[in-house]
Amino acid sequence: MRPFSYSRATDARDALERFQPGTMYLGGGTNLVDLMRLGVARPDSLVDVTRLPYDTVEAAGDGLRIGAAVRNSDLAMHPVVRERYPMLARAVLSGASGQVRNMATVAGNLLQRTRCPYFQDISHPCNKRRPASGCPAIDGDHSGLAVFGHSEHCVATHPSDMAVALAALDARVHVTGPAGDRVVPMPGLHRLPDGEPERDTVLAAGELITAVELPPPPAGASHYRKVRERASFAFALVSVAAVLDVADGVVRDCRLALGGVAHAPWRAELAEAELRGAPATQEDFSRAAEAELSRARPLPRNAYKVPLARNLIVRTLQELVP
Amino acid sequence: MAEITLQVNGAQRSVSADTRTSLLDLLREHLDLTGTKKGCDHGQCGACTVLIDGRRANSCLALAVAWDGAEITTVEGLGDGAEPHPLQTAFMDFDAFQCGYCTPGQLCSAAGMLAEGGPSAVTADLTGDPPLTAEEIRERMNGNLCRCGAYVNIVAAIEDVSR
Repeated sequence: MRPFSYSRATDARDALERFQPGTMYLGGGTNLVDLMRLGVARPDSLVDVTRLPYDTVEAAGDGLRIGAAVRNSDLAMHPVVRERYPMLARAVLSGASGQVRNMATVAGNLLQRTRCPYFQDISHPCNKRRPASGCPAIDGDHSGLAVFGHSEHCVATHPSDMAVALAALDARVHVTGPAGDRVVPMPGLHRLPDGEPERDTVLAAGELITAVELPPPPAGASHYRKVRERASFAFALVSVAAVLDVADGVVRDCRLALGGVAHAPWRAELAEAELRGAPATQEDFSRAAEAELSRARPLPRNAYKVPLARNLIVRTLQELVP
Repeated sequence: MAEITLQVNGAQRSVSADTRTSLLDLLREHLDLTGTKKGCDHGQCGACTVLIDGRRANSCLALAVAWDGAEITTVEGLGDGAEPHPLQTAFMDFDAFQCGYCTPGQLCSAAGMLAEGGPSAVTADLTGDPPLTAEEIRERMNGNLCRCGAYVNIVAAIEDVSR
């Protein structure tokens, strides 16, 4: 690991003032410290932002405001999250381990890097790690990687479960930075790789997430379901965050987001459009899933994700019908 | 270098260490507390689990400097000095190990887990506080691997203590 200096910021202004080229903000460190050990992340200085006054979950109108430094376990255990946003609690609980969730922060969860095996191994080229060096995953082991929205430069996936639920809940990410405060909607924080896979998100250098705001929960029943290679403590091959509001056998509204399939949480807007106003039947759910998957571009070794995603969407929606 | 002060198993310890030092290496190399084990050093195996301010955490992923001021409990501090912790007794009674390398992490993780409560990913109703069935224990202990495969007896030992 390269030597670095460490300092603790006391508030957002202090953090921004400490930020220089070569600085990285440190949250729980569960991803960043590992990446530093692997030689993937090489900061000159760390500014620890875990002591900033963003460690509470508070009511915000009919919604909720989640501080950026709230630990993942505290978010999942919060009584209002469990009661009103169970899909979010389940998404968080389905990720990592008890130890990691106790350390990891909400903002750190959003800003964690891909687990693409080539990104994490500095003996390989990787356009995300070293721009214009190449992408060995495209002709190599991309079995766990993207089927939507990838580019000739990068086929990485975003690994977060929490972000998938937030994308389905229309969360708003509050950001402060050298140019002032702004709000970034979910989905929208994470970008597709295009020609710049080194940029995971739309955040500019030095920008700092301060909170995630949830609007009131959407009507209907919800669920987060994750498929992975072992029963627990593994990243998603495909996951789905689904909200379904059915009245008189007809879909009034729905939300559908997929994880493990793209460089960003993938909001299934084509499927949602098919579902709204349609009968809540297996046939209609299948048609909606197929509509979304018509824009999938699977690679040779991850083509299994297409039927997996279809079946996951259909089964999850069926279970949400009252 | 950084000056780091921790409360370790009830005693204040001050160390001057490189900022790169993990909490795991600080415990083992600077404080000679070698009960905490280094397995993968990537947060995937749980052998390094300790309690930080009462909550279980992977000490390999914790930069010691980032936890300056924290209270740390390692496997050496689980018992009260005279008596072993009930989990330690149960692990012996239930033969919950073979080689023993993962055991300190299993013990600290189980101690932290039993204090947590609430639902897990396998709980049907997230608003409740479900009983700790074997299925719940397996899910909650997912961050601790045992390459000898003593899981059956580890779960039984934890289940016994949780009753």
